[in-house]
Amino acid sequence: MLKADSRDPAALPRLLLALLAIALLWPGIRLSELNPGVLLQADNRREMGNFVSAFWPPAHEPDFLRLLWDATLQTLAVATAGMTLALLLAIPASLLASRALSLRAASRGGRLGFWSRTLRLPVRGLLIFLRSVPEIVWALLFVRAVGLGPTAGVLAIAITYSGMLGKVYAEIFESVDQRPAHALLHAGSSRLSAFFYGVLPAAAAELVSYTVYRWECAIRASVVMGFVGAGGLGQQIDLSMRMFAGAEVASMLLTFLLLVWLADQLSRLLRGRLA
Amino acid sequence: MTLRLSDASLRHGQVQALHGIDLQIAGGERVAIIGPSGAGKSSLLQLLGTAIEPSTGTVELLDMAPWRLSAGARQRLRARIALIHQAPPLPPRQRVVTAVLAGRLGQWSTLRGLLNLLHPADVPGVREVLTDLGMAEKIFVQCGQLSGGQLQRVGIARALYQQPEILLADEPVSAMDPVLAEHSLKTLNQHASERGVTLIASLHAVELALAHFPRVIGIREGRIVFDRPASEVSSEMLDALYANEQLVSPPLPLPALSLQIPRC
Amino acid sequence: MRALINTALVLVLLAAVAASFAYLSLDLQALFGDGGLGQMGAYALRFLSPDLSPDHLRAVGKGALETLAMSGLGTLLAVVLGLLLALPAAGRFGWPLQGVARLLLNALRAIPELVWAALTVLAAGLGPNAGTLALALHTSGVLGRLFAEALENAPPEPAAAIRLQGGSQVTAFCFGTLPNLWPQLLAYSLYRWENNIRMASVLGFVGAGGLGQMLYTTLSLFQEAQASTVIIAMLVLVLLVDALSDVLRQRFVRV
Repeated sequence: MLKADSRDPAALPRLLLALLAIALLWPGIRLSELNPGVLLQADNRREMGNFVSAFWPPAHEPDFLRLLWDATLQTLAVATAGMTLALLLAIPASLLASRALSLRAASRGGRLGFWSRTLRLPVRGLLIFLRSVPEIVWALLFVRAVGLGPTAGVLAIAITYSGMLGKVYAEIFESVDQRPAHALLHAGSSRLSAFFYGVLPAAAAELVSYTVYRWECAIRASVVMGFVGAGGLGQQIDLSMRMFAGAEVASMLLTFLLLVWLADQLSRLLRGRLA
Repeated sequence: MTLRLSDASLRHGQVQALHGIDLQIAGGERVAIIGPSGAGKSSLLQLLGTAIEPSTGTVELLDMAPWRLSAGARQRLRARIALIHQAPPLPPRQRVVTAVLAGRLGQWSTLRGLLNLLHPADVPGVREVLTDLGMAEKIFVQCGQLSGGQLQRVGIARALYQQPEILLADEPVSAMDPVLAEHSLKTLNQHASERGVTLIASLHAVELALAHFPRVIGIREGRIVFDRPASEVSSEMLDALYANEQLVSPPLPLPALSLQIPRC
Repeated sequence: MRALINTALVLVLLAAVAASFAYLSLDLQALFGDGGLGQMGAYALRFLSPDLSPDHLRAVGKGALETLAMSGLGTLLAVVLGLLLALPAAGRFGWPLQGVARLLLNALRAIPELVWAALTVLAAGLGPNAGTLALALHTSGVLGRLFAEALENAPPEPAAAIRLQGGSQVTAFCFGTLPNLWPQLLAYSLYRWENNIRMASVLGFVGAGGLGQMLYTTLSLFQEAQASTVIIAMLVLVLLVDALSDVLRQRFVRV
């Protein structure tokens, strides 16, 4: 050991990692045609400047404000309704997917049998599929299936978020102490009552906190989905951008800011209260 | 004089930690500071290490007054003084070799310091100090995987690697078992006497202080109670120093890494 | 009292849910009954036979690589920019700069990626460059805020100890603060990368390159078979990035 005394065992891995990073970075830059300089070029800057300078003063005609108010309410309603539908699907799916309620695992010290593993796979796969297609793609598809308007947004949020909520709920159920639920299962209780008495009390705080956080994300998502025609603030922003109405974009961005800030505060309050 | 405190006192908010301390220590001296917990041993060492400015009075180190120097000159002075912390502030994810190399950051240019972060240049030097402390096999281990006593030895190794002119040690062996504590103190003293380094260590174990250090200072409630050669310290003086006090070593907090992983 | 307030909160939540459904007047009956479901089923069926011809696959493959590059580079740029802004935002350079940095971070974060993309398309023209920049701008706002929080929570002792033995500010940061900090920074960056791959695949809707652009055009032309291939490619990309980021997390972050 004293022979190779000046050698650092981490040197080679570090070198290889650096080489790998460069090898990946170069085609990445080529593929993405990256060139941040364009933002600083004079005529591009002028074009953006023209658009942005129209931001002030923000539009505030009574008619426009009424439109804005409606769009805001619609955004909030889309997020809330979407989350409710998502919960309806996510809760049963998470119960099916979670290993916390496996009778077999309970009697084998937490290890799963072959069947209990295999039967949970399709549910897990479905959840992963649902959360992996971006919500805005779902929105785009639903806009074509059910027409422009908030319905497409609600369905898109319901589908994506049921996947996200279901997967994370199942993980939360598995992350709490398994002994209370196992004890109940050993004592002959049904799985559902073992869940309510053994798992839920320990998991409730984290569940509420995560759900509220997701609701906050849903508000953001419902604004973004408006861009493909799913109603709400996003659709109005998209329309105004197409018409280069900078003043209207400014008011709507301000409203969006306010909405996100309010959701943030509310979610903090709810988490403090309910968790 | 290598080191001189004149009427130095220190206040932490409402608490008066040190009262009018007068102290002179010559170059190459080896001094132990003993006293009950909360007596002001750590405060005194921090004062000597220029970690804090005295509320009143003056500090003089290596013929310079640190608090009258410019910030740059003070940093250069600090590079000549090492302080061994009781709970070595080492990041859990840092490897021992890097943590020890960090001892010379005061002497190195910034660029050299950063290069050493990417690739440790002086592995043999680090291995040498670690070997003296029986830690050579841990050289490429992360600090977070070490025990309290091992961390303290890494802290000592860093200070030795710094090659300072004044070596200050705040309870350097509190988390080690008696045999290791003996050995580590011996290494520290040997290093100091071979190179003529001034060594000042606070210790809660009186017998270690008396066995290893020629000069012993007892402090209580922020005042120096006695300052004698070790051979002249009597058991009555010790009884007075530790009256109504329990001899328990304070628990050593281990550094932990807290991580937040957002769920997606 | 607390129980009363909590009950009231739950009631308010239920009322909000009911009000949302009432406001949207979602006609689920028309949607699912009355042949509505049949119509949707017929529409969905057209996606079941993806176009797997080599030409189309090659085009989708190129789009997928472009999307992957956009998400990766966008996140990387955002990490750099976010860290640069996080240092002043955590109060390392005094309060005037802290205020400015925080304001900038909030502004970057508040504007959604798609709006940024619309702006950058205006400035940089159509193509993946605009998408990368849009992702980088929004994400640097998000990451900058998270990084600043992590910086504020990082223990100060290791860096202070290095300052005390004569090290400079920069070395004290790199040797004392960074080793504790980087696992957290990496965890946040990977999390944002997972978000950004989803976002990168849809930025094309406003002309910012990648798979999104293909999906938008094929759907507009009612080429469901081709669109289906694109959606499958998106799914694969998202799963790939999720798995990759999981591997990196296991390897480098570890709790």
